[in-house]
Amino acid sequence: MTTDLFPTLQFPLLELRDVSKTYRSGSIQVQALREACIAIREGEFVAITGPSGSGKSTLMHVLGCLDSPTSGAYRLAGQDVSTMSEEELADVRNRQIGFVFQQFNLLPSLTAGRNVELPLCYAGVPRAERSARAREALARVGLAHRVEHRPGELSGGQQQRVAIARALVTDPALILADEPTGNLDSASTTDVLNLLAELHTAGRTIVLITHEADVAAAAARTVHTLDGAIFDDTGVHQGSTHRA
Amino acid sequence: MNWWETIRTGLEAVRSHRLRSGLTVLGILIGIAAVILTVGLGLGAQQQITQQINSLGSNLLIVGPGSSTSSSGIRGGFGSASTLTETDATALASKVVAPDIAAVAPAVQRSESLTAGASNWTTTVVGTTPEWVTVRARTVASGRFLTTQDVTDHTAVVVLAATTAQELFGPRDAVGQTVTVSGVPLSVIGVLSPAGSTAVANEDDQAIVPLSTAAERLFGGATRTSVQNIYLQAQSSNTLSAAYQEAEAELSNLHHITTPANEDFTITSQQSILNTATSATQTLTVLLGGIAAISLLVGGVGVMNIMLVSVTERIREIGLRKALGATPRVIRRQFLVEASVLGLSGGVLGVLLGVVAGLGLAKLISQPVVISPLATLGALAVAVAIGLVFGVYPASRAARLAPIEALRSE
Repeated sequence: MTTDLFPTLQFPLLELRDVSKTYRSGSIQVQALREACIAIREGEFVAITGPSGSGKSTLMHVLGCLDSPTSGAYRLAGQDVSTMSEEELADVRNRQIGFVFQQFNLLPSLTAGRNVELPLCYAGVPRAERSARAREALARVGLAHRVEHRPGELSGGQQQRVAIARALVTDPALILADEPTGNLDSASTTDVLNLLAELHTAGRTIVLITHEADVAAAAARTVHTLDGAIFDDTGVHQGSTHRA
Repeated sequence: MNWWETIRTGLEAVRSHRLRSGLTVLGILIGIAAVILTVGLGLGAQQQITQQINSLGSNLLIVGPGSSTSSSGIRGGFGSASTLTETDATALASKVVAPDIAAVAPAVQRSESLTAGASNWTTTVVGTTPEWVTVRARTVASGRFLTTQDVTDHTAVVVLAATTAQELFGPRDAVGQTVTVSGVPLSVIGVLSPAGSTAVANEDDQAIVPLSTAAERLFGGATRTSVQNIYLQAQSSNTLSAAYQEAEAELSNLHHITTPANEDFTITSQQSILNTATSATQTLTVLLGGIAAISLLVGGVGVMNIMLVSVTERIREIGLRKALGATPRVIRRQFLVEASVLGLSGGVLGVLLGVVAGLGLAKLISQPVVISPLATLGALAVAVAIGLVFGVYPASRAARLAPIEALRSE
């Protein structure tokens, strides 16, 4: 459990230091992140917000180890992620991070239960335990009765809740939600945000990326991005001091 | 993720994309079945022709008339005259002159009309000696074959081949019945077992009479002492060429021929007929094999397309699986399992279809279809390899992408 790794809250769960990311398409260079610094402690619920093109998605990809930064250092749960091999990164993604995507990204051919089991498959968890944990996670998001349904048979809100269950099932240190409400109606949006708030209350660390101010309001701390830089952090930098 | 899990995941993916999997399997299946069938047909034809030629007799040499020079100095072409005589046959039968020749059967033949009661049948009447049955590797189904006594006494007897007996007497037993040829009544003493027809002649439609009876009582004329063919049987397949040389030397000697170019006879071995026929059917097999290879190629291109498209449209899935913790190796294995399952099931079904269709076709056209293990394995290997390469290679490339690049692809 992550709490064992962090006996005190002095050390941030994740820490970015001077991280830059430059994309090159043909002759055009786009600097999506400019020496970004951020520290997030365990148990925080952080919203990263900003207009499109501000670098918030890139920040999320770097935080989720889905993309590697061009320069800078990234520590996650005490490990230096920026120097890791492809295999080690896969393991970090599998054990430390739970993803919730705007597009849900469920495999349409698998049942909700099997979709939730997927990260456990890659973690090498035995089948019986997998299935039990998947049911448990689905029950946690209120979909215990939908285990055998395929994504196509579920509403958008339900699909996103299945995706949240999938993010929870490995008991990760960090839940990364990238515009999780972007494809949902207002009722489902409220649903999903309430669920994330509940998870935060239960002690989960959640990073939510959104461009909507009212969605960001669900989080306790908001980080703004603009032109690849992070500022107006309502929290504290680099874990140097505690937030009130 | 262990292999068992990977296999489960792969099978799941195959099952959930039924149409695409079905098309891939179909492409492989048809390619393999086509190869098995076409090669099988070619080999079947080859086998059939070999059997037919072997049914002429084993270790057989056939002496026939060659070109000849008449007393007036005019040189006739091949077969323009009967240059062989009974004396030649007698000489070749001598163990001293030709120790490697086991048996000799001179033969004359002519097409004649056979009458039995109200039945009428035109067939080849062959005048020969008792050795014919040995040399031509035939067996008697009922009654008996000619004896030396029959030849010496010019007996009015006949042995019918199976088809001839059937045509003249139907289901009745032909032995003991009488057949009239050129006004001469002949008593049927035996019926030969069927040997099958060859490309050259129907071996089951002929009537065998003593050589002397044919010469003196049926054909008459200039054929009294000359014979058309002399069939020789070598002691064994090893002595076939020795027998050939002995026959050539003895006949040259008897016919006073000093240079081989002037030989008025030809000696054909069963092997040389076989070689000619085999080379012809090999051409056929190569042709059919070529068609099969093209069908395999077309099937392969189809499989390649489906695999490429299927992997390309699943790059997003690969990205997601990577985001959830799959290593490139696990992704590669999953696609390897999928491609193997498709390739092998297509392969096994293709082999089954090919064999079943081959057996069915053999019945339908009453021609043998030989299932070649080599062609089957080759086709299987090529089809499965195409499936594997084009199923795994693009997936393996996609597995090396950063997860977000794969996830973003649409």
